[in-house]
Amino acid sequence: MNTELFFKPATELADLLGAGKLSAVELTKAVVNRTKAVEARVKAFNSFDEADALVQAAASDARRAAGQARGPLDGIPIGFKDVISVAGQPLTASSRMLANFVSPYDATVTRKLKDAGAISWGRLNLDEFAMGSSTENSAFQVTCNPWDLTRVPGGSSGGSAAALAAGEAIATLGSDTGGSIRQPAALCGVVGLKPTYGLVSRYGLIAFASSLDQIGPFARTVDDAALLLEAIAGHDPLDSTSVNQPVPRYREEMKRIRAEKRRFRLGIPREYFGEGLDPEVGAAVEKAIDFYRSQDCEIKEVSLPHTQYGVGVYYIIATAECSSNLARYDGIRYGHRSKEARDVVDLYFKSRAEGFGPEVKRRIILGTYVLSSGYYDAFYLRAQKVRTLIRQDFLTAYRDVDAILTPTSPTPAFRAGDKSDPLAMYLCDVYTIGVNLAGLPGISVPCGFSAGGLPIGLQLIGQPFKEAELLAIAGLYESGHDWQRMHPKL
Amino acid sequence: MANVPSAAAKYEAVIGLEVHVQIKTRSKMFTRVGAGYGHEPNTLTDPVILALPGTLPVMNKAALDAVIKAGLMLGCEIAPLCKWDRKNYFYPDSPKNYQISQYDQPICLGGEVEIELPGPARNLMGEHKRIPLTRIHLEEDVGKLNHFAADSLIDFNRAGTPLMEIVSEPAMHTAEEAFAYLTSLRATMIYGGISDCDMEKGQLRCDANISIRPVGETKLGTKVELKNLNSISFVRDGIAHEIRRQAAVLESGGVIVQETRDYDGQTGASQSLRSKEMAHDYRYFPDPDLMPVKVDEAWQARLKAECPELPFDKQRRFLEVYKVPYTISSVLVWDAALSDFFEETARLSAKPQAAGNWIVNDLLRELGNARIPVAGSRVRPAHIAELIRLIDSGELLANAAKEVFVEMFATGVMPGSIAEAKGLKAVAGDLDELEKWCREAIAANPRSLADFKAGKDSAINGFKGAVMKAAKGKASPKLVDETLRRVLANL
Repeated sequence: MNTELFFKPATELADLLGAGKLSAVELTKAVVNRTKAVEARVKAFNSFDEADALVQAAASDARRAAGQARGPLDGIPIGFKDVISVAGQPLTASSRMLANFVSPYDATVTRKLKDAGAISWGRLNLDEFAMGSSTENSAFQVTCNPWDLTRVPGGSSGGSAAALAAGEAIATLGSDTGGSIRQPAALCGVVGLKPTYGLVSRYGLIAFASSLDQIGPFARTVDDAALLLEAIAGHDPLDSTSVNQPVPRYREEMKRIRAEKRRFRLGIPREYFGEGLDPEVGAAVEKAIDFYRSQDCEIKEVSLPHTQYGVGVYYIIATAECSSNLARYDGIRYGHRSKEARDVVDLYFKSRAEGFGPEVKRRIILGTYVLSSGYYDAFYLRAQKVRTLIRQDFLTAYRDVDAILTPTSPTPAFRAGDKSDPLAMYLCDVYTIGVNLAGLPGISVPCGFSAGGLPIGLQLIGQPFKEAELLAIAGLYESGHDWQRMHPKL
Repeated sequence: MANVPSAAAKYEAVIGLEVHVQIKTRSKMFTRVGAGYGHEPNTLTDPVILALPGTLPVMNKAALDAVIKAGLMLGCEIAPLCKWDRKNYFYPDSPKNYQISQYDQPICLGGEVEIELPGPARNLMGEHKRIPLTRIHLEEDVGKLNHFAADSLIDFNRAGTPLMEIVSEPAMHTAEEAFAYLTSLRATMIYGGISDCDMEKGQLRCDANISIRPVGETKLGTKVELKNLNSISFVRDGIAHEIRRQAAVLESGGVIVQETRDYDGQTGASQSLRSKEMAHDYRYFPDPDLMPVKVDEAWQARLKAECPELPFDKQRRFLEVYKVPYTISSVLVWDAALSDFFEETARLSAKPQAAGNWIVNDLLRELGNARIPVAGSRVRPAHIAELIRLIDSGELLANAAKEVFVEMFATGVMPGSIAEAKGLKAVAGDLDELEKWCREAIAANPRSLADFKAGKDSAINGFKGAVMKAAKGKASPKLVDETLRRVLANL
């Protein structure tokens, strides 16, 4: 079957563009038309600008005609989670607070992708201010899982995952603070990568939790993810937390490692396979483990004894940081300003009450509380100490294994409205959250479907700054399976 | 009636000062946009300053260099490791609604400011004291609010400018000490090229914490914070006023309320701004967007080499090496360029006291009238050195020299040439002509001659006026006297 253009991997499209068999305008039109055809049902986009995308596409074709194509991403339409700044485009964080905000500057990753010739396509829906695991917290709309429109795509980067799964983009960017790339990737049956903390610049990413946030790619294949990572990774003088190290050529490195036919050692953490894990998810992951065994990999049981504290630690650190990061949204310089205010204090109260949704308010208040006088030591400071223990769990395990294998999400996609209790929602992140706390790279790859046809994701967690190895291990799994060729019927 | 001791004399004041110094860097503390003063409102801004969504801070190294240098100049311990903290509070002049500052690990600890109190007379040096510091840290400045009848406008030009906060121990006891502290601190910062410290431009701001206690008591009284002290004089006056106010409260049986008070320099009165009973909870936590700073020995050494000699050290050295009196050195040392000018002049002329006098009296007068700094003066050390030489050799007399100086300042021509051109040179070499004038004066005044011959020595003064007039001021009184006596002796 000839895959539609919009379902082809970026690497394959790059070959077609390079060989002159396809133009960027043709490709972009295919993506735009697909979006128009399905968007009413998927609701992944907060906004998109067709005319602008076609202008970018035409520019790409002109470059190629002049022999100045910039590389494999030149002419590839990529969707942006609506927390990553693109100059001249809305930057809303799916919040009423920024509903009217158009950003005047490019995020560093945006600039890098523009320099690579990629086409920025649309603003993708998310849980408001990246706080959530289902995209139901968006102030604008709930995105639907393309595999089952009554179910959520996951979150917070639900729009990024759903758009890719539905063929509304060739690749997308999301952000991951506690699992917000990996979990929606699992629920939507696509590849999602969170880089090591500090690998990709956060300049231009609306900050949620500064010590946890990372931008990462959603892609159809592991190779595509490597391609995108190469384009966006690297030291940024505008981000003091970005590391100053040369960026490996991930695709090349990945292939080189695979060619070595190394006997990968994979750790299976016992704490991740207990209560709360859906049996179908567990079964799919077990099959994946069997596959690796069949590939001569060494499978070892490991222990990450502080796993149980992950969610608690996360909801102290992340909320503390976000309570401060979201203080700037006050209606004074930009964003929503209440029309009712009597004086400046009233302006703050009303603008923020009107602008923020309930989950955002919940986290700001929680974060303010844990930082408040008399509580800093007991909560924030202690949480940071336990965080060190969580990181040490992983680093200890890495003495004996190269990567750690877990389910990405405890369940497949749930129905919209199912998890009304915030705490129940928080537990969706139980397998992904420790990775952010430890600052490690993590990738989710599709590893099967539930009986009901819902995607299941396999998570691989790598060593710090060893994305090439992580991608090689993920690529090994992918090369033995066909999940990436399956697409939802819309 | 016996003197009733004044209320203020019963109590000892305890004063601590918090001084904010704006560091003179090209760009702001956490972003590259330019820093400055007097620009069109909201033109020194960028996405980081305006706290647009997604923006991040990056440290300004020059600002770090400046605060380390300031710390070294003030004898602080430079922390081997320091970090940044967020001070969280909402206010329209603070775009992020948190200020990046340093809470518990500041860059400089301890240190001291040497002060000089007024002496018993203007020409006598007063007591020197060393006021200990608690700490110095770096932070970013906030914007400026302008209030109007119906609304308020915010100018973010100042927001993000690097600010050094210097906290003294509560170790001062009088308004005079506070005044001396600020004068000394301000001069030190200007000397080090760290700030221009122009209080009118907000480059130096001072808050005072004042409490009083009965003399002899060691426990501290309730402290009051005094703000809006817009000049060094207002600091002194405000503190003096507050000490009197607190004494009056206690004398009348009241208690001091811990509060912030706003001082009005025009009226000399203060009023309560807000109660400090509930201290604001700033929810300090380490800023996750910034890395801690390690200052190693090499970094310190590099900056130590750039530290200038401090004003009081220079004052002591001038006294010891050049033997210039306090009245001269105390004027010179507060202007580094002037001090350098002096030392060069002293070197060229080998007459430091004379050099000091010409500079402090005549040069400063001319500079003041012309409203230019010493760097703009046409008179250079070589000019003054030559002037001194001409006077010493007798070629130029005091009055003439003053006239020459003014001309020298206006034109930059060397004094010798000016004296020649204006015919001001003393006729020290032309003794024949001088003798001729002496004889003429004696001949014209037989009465004084008779008195002199009769033994009245002061009669010689009768001739001097005529001789000086004939010499048109080009002969020194000493030379005239010598010549007259010689002529008289030979009559």
